[in-house]
Order: sequence, then structure tokens, then C-alpha cells
Amino acid sequence: MNKIDQKFEALKAQGKKALITFITAGDPDYDTTEQLVLELERAGADIIELGVPFSDPVAEGPVIQEASLRALEHGTTLVGIFEMVKRLRQNTQVPIALMMYINTIFRFGTERFFKLCEEHGIDGVIVPDLPYEERDEIADIAKAHGVHQIQLVAPTSHERIQAIAKESQGFLYCVSSTGVTGMREQFATDFQPFFDAIQTYCSTPYAVGFGIGTPEQVREMKGYCDGVIVGSAIVDLVGREKQNAPKAVGEFVRTLRTVLDE
Amino acid sequence: MSNIGRFGEFGGQYVPETVMSAVHELEHAYEHYRKDPEFQKELAALYAEFAGRPSRLYFAEHMTNDLGGAKIYLKREDLNHTGSHKINNALGQALLAKKMGKRRLIAETGAGQHGVATATVAALFGMECEVYMGAEDMERQSLNVYRMNLLGAKVTAVHSGTSTLKDAINEAFRDWVTNIADTHYLIGSAVGPHPYPTMVRDFQKIISEEAKQQILKIEGKLPDCVVACVGGGSNAIGMFTDFIGDESVRLVGAEAAGRGVNTTDHAATMAKGTPGIFHGMKSLFLQNEEGQIDPVYSISAGLDYPGVGPEHSHLKWQKRADYVPVTDEQAVQAFEYLSRVEGIIPAIESAHAVAAAREIAPNMGKDQSMIICLSGRGDKDVYQVARYRGIDLSE
Repeated sequence: MNKIDQKFEALKAQGKKALITFITAGDPDYDTTEQLVLELERAGADIIELGVPFSDPVAEGPVIQEASLRALEHGTTLVGIFEMVKRLRQNTQVPIALMMYINTIFRFGTERFFKLCEEHGIDGVIVPDLPYEERDEIADIAKAHGVHQIQLVAPTSHERIQAIAKESQGFLYCVSSTGVTGMREQFATDFQPFFDAIQTYCSTPYAVGFGIGTPEQVREMKGYCDGVIVGSAIVDLVGREKQNAPKAVGEFVRTLRTVLDE
Repeated sequence: MSNIGRFGEFGGQYVPETVMSAVHELEHAYEHYRKDPEFQKELAALYAEFAGRPSRLYFAEHMTNDLGGAKIYLKREDLNHTGSHKINNALGQALLAKKMGKRRLIAETGAGQHGVATATVAALFGMECEVYMGAEDMERQSLNVYRMNLLGAKVTAVHSGTSTLKDAINEAFRDWVTNIADTHYLIGSAVGPHPYPTMVRDFQKIISEEAKQQILKIEGKLPDCVVACVGGGSNAIGMFTDFIGDESVRLVGAEAAGRGVNTTDHAATMAKGTPGIFHGMKSLFLQNEEGQIDPVYSISAGLDYPGVGPEHSHLKWQKRADYVPVTDEQAVQAFEYLSRVEGIIPAIESAHAVAAAREIAPNMGKDQSMIICLSGRGDKDVYQVARYRGIDLSE
């Protein structure tokens, strides 16, 4: 069984919600990313999303754009990320999903990519620029290697929610609001009908992300879904603390965990 | 792989979920209005009355005599209102956006020609307009920045990445994702997710439709070759479309080789690119082995793009069109040549097509003919070319 599915089953049995955390792989370097993953798990993160840096991350706001750029400037590569995950797997079985752009997979070779995912213990991929209609670009190969293709739905998805949610794997990534990733003061989305539709059709757990960066926002959003996804707020901390980030990030994530478990 | 909006294996709709509904809305609206006689009538009137179409097909007698080969004709898109072919597409998309009830237009621009065209149609239709432009391009094309401001548009500098056209597209995408409800993204080239490559081609194909009629009237037969510059490829696809079915017509695209295709300073996607998926489409891109998009370079801001429209990738794959690289030096020489020989200052983008034609025409027979798409006028490039020649025009 895929480790993402195992995790959600365990959480359900405990009556808990999932805390899903995002960091950009290789920012500021592989060593710190490894320490961050271990610290995130200790601090209560259930699933780790590792961002694979891309030269032109069109779905990202400034915080993750800059992290991508830093990681690339330090020579981060997909092969390097696979090797890092391999090392991590000696110390942790926390579910890991790669968040990345389709060109990285396509150029690397889809078969070669998913084979390495399987070998190195990657449990899922989230590809923001691969919408439902184009999912076949990777669907069969991902499935053959036991890697979940995590789909996204957005407040603009409306009647598309049914089709997308029905084929959800691992968990459904619910985008909180229109726009790019990054911290927001408040949300303009009318959440009740959005999550009602998702609940009606979704065959897996579902989690909300984009713009969730404070304990207050975790408290506000957790009632709607099975998990919350926090990215830019953590990446921002990493950008400021650099090699010292694990300590600060650990403290921050513990406060989120506490609120989530209230 | 879906079959939506494909040219062979190229094309598709690789965009974030948030914009999929808008992409579909656009796709359906375009399908509807494309077949609507009323819409086509309105657009034809705008082309005639506002843009000044049809554009002339001009016999370049001096160039023809000088090169000693094929008879050379210039399709004078530079004489359109706003000075380039970009107005054709801007009018079409703005009219469509208006019908769709959008109140705001956004656009990316490289050389500024598409930004000016978009700002112009926004003024015409009373719509709000924001144009994203790479910071480096704003410097290269400050005249066009001021022109857009005059037309009431907000020009936003993009500092990310290489600060050029690609980054302006990234930023326009981010705006669109954020303001999807009331905003139409008026993409200026034949790139992006479906329906853009098809829609932009359809709004530009008037170039080849007119040119075909014009040359048949003058020469009584089809041209033997048509030449256009290719960045994203909108004027080229417009110049090619009505000739694609005429197998005797050689189609040539001139792309920007910058300081040479064997240096790292070029934008020669056709010569050096590999298949990839970026900016909503599967096509050819300049990228490294990890799929990171390469920084590109050309003296021409309008050709300074690391990809190309999917239909061009398909035409290359099928060997229906040839794509040739043209260096900065060749383009500048052609810029000077056409100015001196014909009294026409071409856009530095179009000068790439002129340069390719100078290579091809002498090897053709005197009974043959060639059409060069003169996609834009060169006033905007005078500073840049002077600087290239070591002349400082600043006061």
C-alpha cells in the first residue's frame, strides 16, 4: 500500500487531520533539506512535499520563485534530489511527494522518472501544470510504478470537480483561492459550496493549500477538509534562516500541529 | 496525451487547474464566434477601417535587381495601424473578449509591438489594460513603453529570470491565474495552451490570404517561396497558412541566431531546441538536459524567446517548412540594406526575414517570385541598431 494512503488511514483511526508541509528541495542545500525533512516529521508533519526547482515556475508566487532560483543557483538537479531522498529513506518512512512542473518529467523521460521514484521511495507527484485533460501524459506509467498522481481542484473548477475528484489518488489538493502560491491575508473563496462539491465526489481524503501560513488560518480551514498544506510560510523561513532553518521551521510547524490537533 | 488542440504531437493545454475553466470558456467562445457571420463582419470592418487593411504587396524592384534572382515582393504589415502585424490578432482577441464580457486586457510584450497593439485596442474598446514587459526590454524599447502609457495602459516591469519576453509571459500567466473572472489574457504570439495557437493563427492568416490574391493578380501564379521571421511565430504562421496546402510554395522561417548558433547567445529554437512542455504547450524549446529553460539572446526583443508555436514545430517535423538561423550581424546588415535600397526601414525582427531572403533569392530563377513578410516598421529599432554600430544617439 502507498505510504500516503497508509498515513491517511492511520490519521483517520486517530481522529486526526493531516499536516502537509512543502519545502523546495536544495534550498539552501541538500544537507539542510535532509535535516528539514527529518525535523518536519519530528515537529508533526504527516506528508512532505518536496518542490523540484524549475527555471520558470509559473504557478508560484515570489517566495517559492526565489527559493527555486536559489536551489538552481546551488546546482540542484533532479538526479541529486533522488539521491537525497535515497539517503533520507535510511532514516524515515514519512510519505514524500514531489511537486514539480511537467517539463522536468517529460525531459527526464517519463518511464525513467517514475522508475526512479519507485526505487527511491517517492510516493506521489503533484504537477500543477498538468491538468486533468492531459493527465495521460504520465498516468499509466505513474500507476505502473505505484506512484500517486495527486490532482488539484480550484475554486474555478465548478463542474470539473466531479470528474477530477472521482479519479483522485492519495489525496485531492484543493486550491484555496485563485492566484499563485504564497501567503494571503484572507480568502475570497466561498468555501462551503466548494468543499460540499468536493465531499460529494471525492474518493480520497482531501487537503487545502495555497495561502495558508498562520495558526489562525490553519484553525479557519481545518474544519473543511482532511488536511492542510503549508508551503510559502515555511519556505520564507528557510530563505531567512538558511542552514539554521531546521530549528525555526520545527518550532513553527509545532505551533501548526498544536492548532490542528485542538 | 489528449487530442485537444494538437498539431501532430505538439500543442495541448498544459496549464494550472485554476485557469482551465477560463481556457475552456475561451475555447467555446472562440468556436462560437469563429463561425458567427456577425462577428466576422465586425472584425472585417475593424481590419479595414481601423487597421487600414488590406496591406500592400509591394514589388521590391531595386532589391530584385540587386540580388539578380527571384522577383521579390514585400507584404507590408509594417503599414498597418500601430506599425506591425500584431494589430490583426489584438483586434480579433479584443473583440472576442468584449463579447465574452471581459473588462480588462493583459498582455506580454517583447519588442513592444504587441503591447502597443493591445494598448491600442484597449483604448478603442474602452477596456482596462496592463502590459507585462521584461525590464531589459523596457530599456531596449523605451519609446514603445511611452507609447503604451500614452494609450492609457499600465506597463509593469518584470525583473524575474532573464527579464525578457519569456518572463513577461510567466508574469502575465500569474496575473491571469489571479484575476481570471474579469480578465482576458491577450497572448500576442501563436504560443500558449489551446485555443491560443489556433486562434492567433486564424486572426493572422489574413496576411497570406491577402498576399495570395495579390500575387495571383500581379504574377498570375503562386509564389515559389515565402519568408517570415519566427520568434513565437505569429507573423510567420499568418504568412504561411494559406500556402501550406500549395506544395510548390517553399515556406521559410528566419529565426534569431544572435551571436551564432554555436554560442550560447542565440534564440534559435528550431536549430537547437528539443521537445518540451512549457507555457501551456508541447513544442520545441531551448532547454538543458534537466528541462530547465535556457536563457536566450537576440538583438531583437521580439524574437528573444526560448520556444516556438506548436504548429511551427509540427511544420518542421513534417518538413513542410524550413527554418534558417540569422545572426544579429546579418539582421543589422539587412536592416541597413532594405533602408538604403528600397527606402523602407524594417523592424529588426522583420530584418531577419530580409536577411534570409538575401541568401535565398539569388539562387532562384528570374521567372520565380518570393514574398517576404515585412511584419513591422523599424522606427523603434533605430536606437538599438545605432548602438550596435557604436553610435550614441542619446542627448
